[in-house]
Amino acid sequence: MSAAPKTRPKYYDLNLAHLPPPGLVSIFHRISGALLFFPALPIALYILHTTLGSAEGYARWAAFFDRPAVKIIVILAAWGYAHHFFAGIRYLLLDLHIGIDKPAAGTSAIAVLVLGLVSTAAIAWCVW
Amino acid sequence: MQKRYAKNPVGAHYGVRDWLLQRLTAVVMAGYTIFVILAILLHRPLNYPAWKSVFSEMWFQVGTMLFVASLLYHAWVGMRDILMDYIKPTGIRLTLQFGVAFVLLFYLVWTAAILWGR
Repeated sequence: MSAAPKTRPKYYDLNLAHLPPPGLVSIFHRISGALLFFPALPIALYILHTTLGSAEGYARWAAFFDRPAVKIIVILAAWGYAHHFFAGIRYLLLDLHIGIDKPAAGTSAIAVLVLGLVSTAAIAWCVW
Repeated sequence: MQKRYAKNPVGAHYGVRDWLLQRLTAVVMAGYTIFVILAILLHRPLNYPAWKSVFSEMWFQVGTMLFVASLLYHAWVGMRDILMDYIKPTGIRLTLQFGVAFVLLFYLVWTAAILWGR
């Protein structure tokens, strides 16, 4: 019996454009989840801490959020949260065997991507 | 003859428990998210006295704590899954997992301090 080779070849296709919609939903769910853990979560807690701490702290953050660059970051964060939210609901439904067959799963994946973008647009409209 | 496992292959069941709690915490967070979005839409524009007063309500403090506690458990399962997938050297992975768990516990205490510490 011959020894197994120590290193096996790996064929990673890291081009996200090659992924079908369910794959895109999946990888964005993972990336948005990681980014929500860091840096979004500690920043959110810090904002909560300072805005509740004093009226000056609240005013300082309110002024900070008026900056266009900050608004863009808020909108990007909103997209991460919205995508994670809708993708998560899709996974909950899949766990319940709702929409489990391939065409339905493809449709719901597109719905998640669209809902994430539409709700981000709504938040962008509110923020601006 | 059927091949027998040397050990119980389903182990301590923590996989199923984490899987289930990942989903349960997701439902808690989704409910809180919808509630907060509706509350903000109904009370725009937001100001400091209103912000301060809603966070002094007992039910909202408890709800927020429940949301953050759910988030931390959810984040633990998610980050552990990510680390298990991409960080193969055991020592580095365990160090990072320890770091994640420590940071999450820190956030839990911080949240309690923000909500009740003043």
